[in-house]
Amino acid sequence: MSMFNNHRQLFTTAFFLFVGLTVVVAVLPAIYNQENNRPLPGAKALSEAARQGKLVYIANGCVGCHTQQVRNIAMDRPWGDRPGIPADYATIRRTDAWRNTATLMGTERTGPDLTNIGNRQPARDWHLVHLYNPRTVVAASIMPAYPWLFTVKDSAAPGDIVVNVPAAFRYGETGTVVAGPEALQLVAYLQELKQLPLPGSTPASPFLYAAAEKKADAGGSVDGKALFTTNCQTCHQANGEGLPGAFPPLKGSSIVNGDDLQLYVDIIMHGYDARPEFGAMPPVGTNMNFTEKEVTALINYERSSWGNNGKPVTEEEVKKVLSFIQLKTGTK
Amino acid sequence: MNPSGFSFHASQWQPWAILILLLVVLGLALLARNGVQRLRRMVAHQHDPITRDEIREQVDELSAEQIDELLSMREQRKKDSPNDSTSSNTLRHLLLLLLPLLPTGELLAQDGVKTSVTALFRQPGIIITIVLILLPVLAGMFIMYKRISRLLQSYGEAERRAKAKQLAEALADPDDITAADLQRRKAALSYHLHNDELSGNQPAEDNKGLVHINAHPGLPVVPLKKKAAPRPRIQPALSRLILSYLVCATAWLILGTTVGEYLGIKFVAPDADHLPWLSFGRLRPVHTNAVFWGWASLAMLGLGYYIVPRVSNTSLYSIRNGWYALAFINSAVLAGSLSLMAGINNGGGEYREYTWPVMLLFAIGLVLTLHNFLHTIARRGTKEIYISNWYIVSAIMFGIVITIVAYIPWWQNGLGETIVQGYYMHQGVGMWFMLFTLGIVYYFLPQQLNKPIYSYSLGILAFWSQIFFYTTIGTHHFVFSAIPWWLQTVAIVGSVGMIIPVLAGTTNFIMSFRGAWDKVRDSYTLPFFLTGIVFYFSGSLQGTAEAFRFTNQVWHFTDFTVAHSHLTMYGIISFFAWAAIYAVVPRLTGREAPTLTIGIHFWLALIGLLVYTLPLMIGSTLRGLHWMEGKPFVESVSLMIPYWIWRAIGGSMMWAAHLVFAYNMYRMMKKRRQVTISKTAIRQLVMEPAPLN
Repeated sequence: MSMFNNHRQLFTTAFFLFVGLTVVVAVLPAIYNQENNRPLPGAKALSEAARQGKLVYIANGCVGCHTQQVRNIAMDRPWGDRPGIPADYATIRRTDAWRNTATLMGTERTGPDLTNIGNRQPARDWHLVHLYNPRTVVAASIMPAYPWLFTVKDSAAPGDIVVNVPAAFRYGETGTVVAGPEALQLVAYLQELKQLPLPGSTPASPFLYAAAEKKADAGGSVDGKALFTTNCQTCHQANGEGLPGAFPPLKGSSIVNGDDLQLYVDIIMHGYDARPEFGAMPPVGTNMNFTEKEVTALINYERSSWGNNGKPVTEEEVKKVLSFIQLKTGTK
Repeated sequence: MNPSGFSFHASQWQPWAILILLLVVLGLALLARNGVQRLRRMVAHQHDPITRDEIREQVDELSAEQIDELLSMREQRKKDSPNDSTSSNTLRHLLLLLLPLLPTGELLAQDGVKTSVTALFRQPGIIITIVLILLPVLAGMFIMYKRISRLLQSYGEAERRAKAKQLAEALADPDDITAADLQRRKAALSYHLHNDELSGNQPAEDNKGLVHINAHPGLPVVPLKKKAAPRPRIQPALSRLILSYLVCATAWLILGTTVGEYLGIKFVAPDADHLPWLSFGRLRPVHTNAVFWGWASLAMLGLGYYIVPRVSNTSLYSIRNGWYALAFINSAVLAGSLSLMAGINNGGGEYREYTWPVMLLFAIGLVLTLHNFLHTIARRGTKEIYISNWYIVSAIMFGIVITIVAYIPWWQNGLGETIVQGYYMHQGVGMWFMLFTLGIVYYFLPQQLNKPIYSYSLGILAFWSQIFFYTTIGTHHFVFSAIPWWLQTVAIVGSVGMIIPVLAGTTNFIMSFRGAWDKVRDSYTLPFFLTGIVFYFSGSLQGTAEAFRFTNQVWHFTDFTVAHSHLTMYGIISFFAWAAIYAVVPRLTGREAPTLTIGIHFWLALIGLLVYTLPLMIGSTLRGLHWMEGKPFVESVSLMIPYWIWRAIGGSMMWAAHLVFAYNMYRMMKKRRQVTISKTAIRQLVMEPAPLN
């Protein structure tokens, strides 16, 4: 063909084939999506602290290991109540003239997804300890430590946020660890990362490939230890001893071993912030939609571990307490 | 792919086990029957005397020494008389006694077959019983088979001994086989060539300069490879430009992979340091971008500056522009790396971490190069445009388009960013690196094989189908995400379509080797090409497999993607780049790297890559399955640790390979001061004219 011997024709053809396909598969869909998606009704812009925190998140390349997208498949269920939709990202605009839009969806999940971390782990103290040295709260973590976001002082000044780090995790520092402004901003950002519920009665699109999950429900037995590892261990620790000055121990706890089942279940479902010496506990059970079966397994695991010797509970007892609590909170 | 449903708890395995057992029994029965038949034949023919033909055969098999012995024996034995022979029949009688026992074994086996009736087959009790019966039968059959074969052996031996005796008698008789016969046979056996039947007695002469003899080979640690063939001289100015590109590329390779190596270590030792500039999240893009835009891009462009003028049969349009382009790209990678480490980045998209002012420098470098190449091609001395130039020029055009689409700073809000990100990251790989590298292969592979590419048409098919399918597949990085479902489907379909250009390309390259496979052994560049081709095929098709919706569940978000990108960017792009560099640099400098260190580079890189990727793929698969089972996330981190250690080991090997490669570059470039006797002598003669007699 003569075209193949004419460089103008040949390269122009190749160029326009590529540009044409580019417009069809990238440019037009991108424009359509950015023009035609609106934020959900309840969506709020990030607070100023959180906006600064997001810049810290971007600067340190957290997206290299943490995704922010809940895919519509059953295996992503732990990361959010519903699959992500275009509206979730519609609030995100270009960072500034120099830097591109940061949806931070990510392509690697070396660490957990953070779409809903603000609901899953709202405790500021936990995040600060974790940022200073992740190994303090999650022994198996391989996350980088960020001690340079903190300062070590001889004594804390008024207004300083002191971070209680056990001696073994302080890199030999002996002074008082105080959170720097960037650490606080980053935590503010993480606390605001929450999946918004869909408005009114709009049903969420389903999680696909849910066959495996259903089987587990029908199977009957729920692994209390796995539930503990996933939802409780980062604060109360695998040895049940918690972290002094941050998270209370469950080992030998009067609530765990005692007879006030209603209080126990209430804490699991709705969180707890009655003791000033410890951080606030999020409503883990409500966040994760625990069933009575799961709550029972969890209580029985905690009551029989680390030398605890509490009375085992049955599903019926928990169910009764759960409906009572729901009634109470419902009337509130 | 779904895992097979096979399980030892399910009952399906038992029929199979019984079937296998029955087959073994049947096989043994057949063997036994054969043995018995052979035995019967032997017994029947036992009394046959040795025939004349057999004697003749035996005599032909005698060696010269044996004939000598025989002749001298005859001399000695003239007075002596031969002994009588007696054969023992005891063995035969024993056998005949045993024979009636044999068929019972066969019958037993037959019974075993008949017992297995299908209806009862699934009853565990029945099955166990059958197995219990079959097992002793099997053992019995086995013992019997061994006995029969032992009998056969000893019986056959006795018979052969008898024949030997008869043969000895025949041989000893001087009338039967005459001494003259034996002498003739001996002469024939002792004949040998004198090694000058073909060459004659004249001293050898190499009139055409074809033979190169290494007079002092020493102990060969590595096989001797062919020297690079001298090529037409390249303009020294162009040669300097190309070498500068390749040296800069090597420097970025060392820097970029040193960072990569450190990142690999950080996976297993996260507290290695606590400096913000060296923290994992900041260094990761430093590694990826330095090897992309620094190493691979500069290496490709440097090779492009050699290829484009060469196949256009003209000189480069502007060498000065080439230097500007090099400066722009180097400053882009330098500025980009420093800004990433300082915490200034574009906001998270992979390979798009440099901000647009930085990438603008890179784009200017590309525009300058495109301008340069197009003008060179426009004044080409050939009518047709060689296919390498199709690939290379298109790659640069597309590279510019991709950069502009991804970087113009006034769009991409919300999901727009994600859609463009998918497009950008994959077009960067497929349209910039892969297309350019294919252009390099289409030039250097035929050159190194010293034969034309197998099919020009396949190259053209691969070219257009690559553009058509590859452009659509970007969003397969965001399958199941919030981007439109139809766009995900298009990407998956396009990924499958990639089979066409990949198969066309691979076939073309492999078929080009046809009839020239022996050259691989003698060349130090072709092994790199061959490895690149293998990874081009496997790595690209792996990409297709990863795009499916099921495999996305298992592998997406895990380090499988990391393994895949190393198989492709390293296994394909880097191996092809090395192949071409080892081919081109000796042509520019006149110096070659030692075969030994090239071999070390090759094997360290290849083995390192496999040690890096295979454990990572296995671990990631386990991790993906772990997630699908809904087990605690933190356990999947612990699960990966051993695989991350293997990754660090493989990565260290790859890194060491790069140091060796840098040394090889040094050896190819360095003006060696060592005196070459022949060269120096000639120079002396030329410079100092012979004294007049």
